[in-house]
Amino acid sequence: MNILEINDLSKVFNLHILNNKKLEALKSINFTVEEGEIIGLTGKSGSGKSSLMKCIYRTYLASGGQINYRSINGMVDLVKATDHEVIELRKNEITYCSQFLSVIPRVSAVDVVCENLFKVNTNKEAARYKAKGMLKQLGLPEELWDAFPVTFSGGEQQRINVARAIITSPRFLLIDEPTASLDPKTKDVVVDMLLDLKKQGTSILCISHDEYTIEKLVDRRINLHMGEILNLN
Amino acid sequence: MSNTEDNWLLKVNNLTKIYGDYTENSIKNTGPEFNSNICPETGSIVACADINFELYPGEVLGIVGESGSGKSTVVKLLYFDMEQSLGSAFLMPHLDGLSNILEESNQKKRWIRNYLMGMVYQNPRDGLNFKFSSGGNIAEKLIMGGNFHVGNIRNRATDLLEKTEVPVLRMDDKPASFSGGMQQRVQISKAIANNPPLLFLDEVTTGLDVSVQAKVLDLIRELQQDLGIAMIVVSHDLSVIRMLTDRTIVMKNGRIVERGLTDQILQDPQHEYSQLLVSSLL
Repeated sequence: MNILEINDLSKVFNLHILNNKKLEALKSINFTVEEGEIIGLTGKSGSGKSSLMKCIYRTYLASGGQINYRSINGMVDLVKATDHEVIELRKNEITYCSQFLSVIPRVSAVDVVCENLFKVNTNKEAARYKAKGMLKQLGLPEELWDAFPVTFSGGEQQRINVARAIITSPRFLLIDEPTASLDPKTKDVVVDMLLDLKKQGTSILCISHDEYTIEKLVDRRINLHMGEILNLN
Repeated sequence: MSNTEDNWLLKVNNLTKIYGDYTENSIKNTGPEFNSNICPETGSIVACADINFELYPGEVLGIVGESGSGKSTVVKLLYFDMEQSLGSAFLMPHLDGLSNILEESNQKKRWIRNYLMGMVYQNPRDGLNFKFSSGGNIAEKLIMGGNFHVGNIRNRATDLLEKTEVPVLRMDDKPASFSGGMQQRVQISKAIANNPPLLFLDEVTTGLDVSVQAKVLDLIRELQQDLGIAMIVVSHDLSVIRMLTDRTIVMKNGRIVERGLTDQILQDPQHEYSQLLVSSLL
């Protein structure tokens, strides 16, 4: 069964402050994601991979088409869903993990990882216990757990970002470059964690430039070029 | 808590405030399309018009816009600090949301204000009585909320000051002798004293220096997480909006020009004015 069906999706940015300049980011995108499938989204920088992900997460408003998502409560078109419907889906089903960690300042690494879990689970200590387990698995030095991630290195932030995204075992995960600034060993840990999620039934859309990650992780690739899908295989 | 359509906490319909004599054209001939909120016929000022939104329990809604866009007017109307010209507002815990709170008697409005709402103003002098001690200010709100036992009042005030990190030793000092950040934290203690389901925050960090601003914002976030209070955060500062809110309304010339999820407003603003606002962000 498909968890996601995208029909004729397009995205045009209309920049009023640049004399109504129009930027076409996505053109007639069609594809489906099966439940429990991991799809690799590939393509050059600027080909529209992140735009596509942000349209699905509703950080960007699509200009046309449909994004039909099969939620626990039935089909929802994410293009037309109300803000409150999207908020509920983000809380319970869909998680987005951006390329770079953007965190609320002055929150410790452990609590950053727990953020989404705090929203659905009121037992803070249990949430922190789980988060610490994940940070340990990802090899983040214990002395950093209570520190603020703003000052962390790229690789350390990356690991926190990944842990934060998967701690709730979402039904559908959008993940942007999860292994970009990691060493080979940590890459393997992240890939294994994502494969574990898949075993639990999570469907994943993953952007990556890293051939090694793609090779080990994905079931299928979608290659984007100038905002269009080049091949579906 | 599932956010179905009838699960709103606050529902605002067509809220409008106009200063001076107005005709039906006053609303028609003002707004962002005219880049003005002054009626060309009567000279009346349309502070805000056609404001519609719903707020869900525990949700944080941001209202952003430049000075004079009408954003503070909206919360002041809802907190009964001003009287509306048109429109209605419904609050679920008050008569199951069936009665327009803006048309209630003054006595009922007082009850709603004391039991169901809290307000934190930009200027602590608006929210605190500077002739009372900080503890006395909180006690005032507690008494209005029906608590008359002195021991209980003192205990609750102590709890609140501890929660907001105001030194309890200074409970009997007047807020005039406090720093700006501390005054703001006393104001927050007072606003949440009766555990209201709804809190209004009007430019609460404006004018505080950065580290103090950070502490006040952290406190607000903590209160929201721990107590699940629904909030309306009015600010011209997009970083405050980004940090605190789930959804955002953008206002200009007294009208809502855009509304959406906060990350969408910040990353894919649609309206010309929202784009200008976001591109001005440092």
